[in-house]
Amino acid sequence: MLRGLRQPFRTGVLLLVWTWLLALVLAPNLLVIGASFLTRDPGTFLSLPVTLENYRNLLDPLYLEVFLHSLYMASITTLVCLLIGYPFAWALSRVAKDRQLLLIFLLIVPFWTNSLVRTYALKLLMATNGLINTGLMELGLIDGPLRMLYTEGAVIVGLVYLLLPFMILPLYSVFDDLRRELLMASHDLGAGRFRTFIHVVIPLTLPGVLAGVMLVLLPAMGLFFVPDILGGSRNLLVGNVIKNQFLDARNWPFGAAAAIMLTLAMALLLFTHRLSQRRLGEEGDV
Amino acid sequence: MTQKTLLSLRNLGKQFSGKTVLDSLDLDIADGEFITLLGPSGCGKTTLLRLLAGFEIPDSGTIELNGADITALPPEQRPLNTVFQHYALFPHMTVFDNVAYGLKMEKRPKDEIHQRVEEALAMVQLGEFARRKPHQLSGGQQQRVAIARAVVKRPKLLLLDEPLSALDYKLRRTMQIELKRLQRELGITFVFVTHDQEEALSMSDRVVVLQSGKVQQKGTPREIYERPANLFTARFVGETNLFPGVLEQVDEQRITVNVSGYRRTMRRPGFPVSEGEGVHVLLRPEDIRVLEPDADHGFAGKVVERNYKGSTLDSVIHLEDGTEVLASEFFDEDDPAFDYRLGEPVRVSWVEGWEWLLPLENGGVPEDQAANA
Repeated sequence: MLRGLRQPFRTGVLLLVWTWLLALVLAPNLLVIGASFLTRDPGTFLSLPVTLENYRNLLDPLYLEVFLHSLYMASITTLVCLLIGYPFAWALSRVAKDRQLLLIFLLIVPFWTNSLVRTYALKLLMATNGLINTGLMELGLIDGPLRMLYTEGAVIVGLVYLLLPFMILPLYSVFDDLRRELLMASHDLGAGRFRTFIHVVIPLTLPGVLAGVMLVLLPAMGLFFVPDILGGSRNLLVGNVIKNQFLDARNWPFGAAAAIMLTLAMALLLFTHRLSQRRLGEEGDV
Repeated sequence: MTQKTLLSLRNLGKQFSGKTVLDSLDLDIADGEFITLLGPSGCGKTTLLRLLAGFEIPDSGTIELNGADITALPPEQRPLNTVFQHYALFPHMTVFDNVAYGLKMEKRPKDEIHQRVEEALAMVQLGEFARRKPHQLSGGQQQRVAIARAVVKRPKLLLLDEPLSALDYKLRRTMQIELKRLQRELGITFVFVTHDQEEALSMSDRVVVLQSGKVQQKGTPREIYERPANLFTARFVGETNLFPGVLEQVDEQRITVNVSGYRRTMRRPGFPVSEGEGVHVLLRPEDIRVLEPDADHGFAGKVVERNYKGSTLDSVIHLEDGTEVLASEFFDEDDPAFDYRLGEPVRVSWVEGWEWLLPLENGGVPEDQAANA
C-alpha cells in the first residue's frame, strides 16, 4: 500500500523536475544554439540562411582581446576572493556552532537585496564626491578626491563584493569536514603549524578551493552590469559583449554565438576540473 | 618500584570554563610499563592523555619525561606518539605515506624511511596494503595502520586513546592480544585509555582508576579487582554484591560481623575498626556459594533469574529482606547439567576469607556519586 502511495508522488516530482529542465534549460539553450547559426535580420531579428559567419566574426582579434581581458579580471577577482575567503572560512569553521549559523546568515543577508541595487550602492560609495572620498577628505588624509570609479579596480571590487559568498560557502563546507583529530595527528607526528598546513590542510581543502574557483571565475566573466555601472568603456567582460549584441546592436545571431563560446569555455573548465579530481581520487588505487 | 621512572606527573590540574577536570593528580609511570587509565566518560582520562600529548596545557603542575620538564612543550616536540580513537589517518595519503609522515617530518633519508615504514607495516601484517588509501581498509586494518604510524617513530611513550572502542567484540579481543604482543616486542611504555574494565584488567601491568578528575586507586589488575580501595572502584570494576554489616566483636586478628542477622567471623581489615560500627561487606559473584534451602547457614532467598553463560551459570537471588544477590558458578564435572528453577528456594553464603571490607565513609567519594557511575 505504501508503495502505491509513493509511486505517484515519485512520478509527479520527477515529471516536474524534467518539465522544468526541458522548458527552462534545454529549450532556451537549443534556441540559442539555433540562433547562433542564423543570419541577422533588422525586422524579425533572425532569418535564414544558415551560416557560420557569426563564429567567424568571433575570431576577430578585438573580441579575443575582450575575452582575454575579461578572463584576466575574472582571475584577479577569483584570487582576491580566495585570499579573503580561505582564512574567513577557516575561522568560521572554528567558532562555536550557534555563532557559525549567525555568521553564515549574515553572509547570506545581502542576497535579499538585488545585486544591481547593491552595485549602484557601491557606485555611490566610490564616486568622486562619494562617501569614501568625502570621508577621507574630512579626516584630512587626502587633499583632493581619489579617482576610483570607472577603473579596472572598481570593477574588481564590485565583482569580489558580489561573488565572495560563493567562494566562502564551499570552502566553509570543506573546513567544516576537516576533523581536528587530523591536525592533532600531524602535530603529534612532528609537524609544526606550517608543515601541517602544507601537508594536511591544503590537500584536504583543495576540493573546496576548486569548487569556489569554479563558482567565482565563471560568473565573473558574465556579470555585465558590474562594468556597465562601475567600469567605464574599457573594462568590458564577455557578458557585456553578449548583452550589447542583443540589446544595442540588435545582432542576435552574433550575440548567440558569443554566448555559446562562453558556455563552451566554461564547460571546458568544468571538464578539466572533473578530470583533475578523478586523477586525485585514483592515486591510491595503483 | 624497581624499574626506572619514565614519566612523572606532579600536582597536575586542568579546568575547562571553571569546571575542574583534573584535580592535582600525581602519577609515576615506569619505563616499559603497560598502564591503563580506566574510568567512566567525563572522569578526566582523555584530558590527562591530551596533557601528556601536548594538545592541552595544564593549569597547574608539571609533566616530566626522563627527568626533563615537557609541561609546556608543543606536541610536535615531544618524544611520544598517539593512537587516536578514530585513527585519524590522513585520507588523502596512502597507507605508506601515512606511516612515513612522521619520519618525513624528521627529515630522515629516503632509504631509511622506506625501510622503517616497511618494517612497521610488516609488524602489523599490512605489508601488501602499503599502496591502498585508508578508506579502502577495514576498521581493524585502519587501526593497525594508526599503530604502525605511531610506533614507526620509535617513541619512548605511546598514548592510546580508546583505540579499540570502534571495533566489534571479536576483533577487539584479537587486537588486545596483538597490542600486548607489540608492547612486549617493542619495549615501549603504553598509556592506554579505556572505559572498558575487562579490557583494562586483561591488558595492563597497572591500572589507574579515575573518577571526577581524581585517582581513585592505582594498582595491578588483581589488586584493583580483589582489593578495591573504595566503593567507586568496587562498583566500576566488575560486578559486586554489597552487604551492610555491623561489627559485633573486634579481636586482634579477627572480627565478627553481623550481616542482617547472619554472623560471620573474618580477618580484621587494614582500616581502623571498633565495635558497633557499620562496614560494607563486598563479595564478587564468583565468591558467592548457593546452598540447598535446608543448609544450616546463609541467607534464605529464592532464584529470580538464571542466565546460561557457557562456562558459568549466572543467577540472581532475591533474599528475604529484599536484597538482590548476583551469583556466578562454574559448571563442574560432577554435575554438568546443574541448573536452577525460577522461584527455587536456596540459601546464599560465601567462601570463608573471600569477602572484602570497606569502611562506611570512604576517601571523599560520596556514595550517591559512586552509585551513579
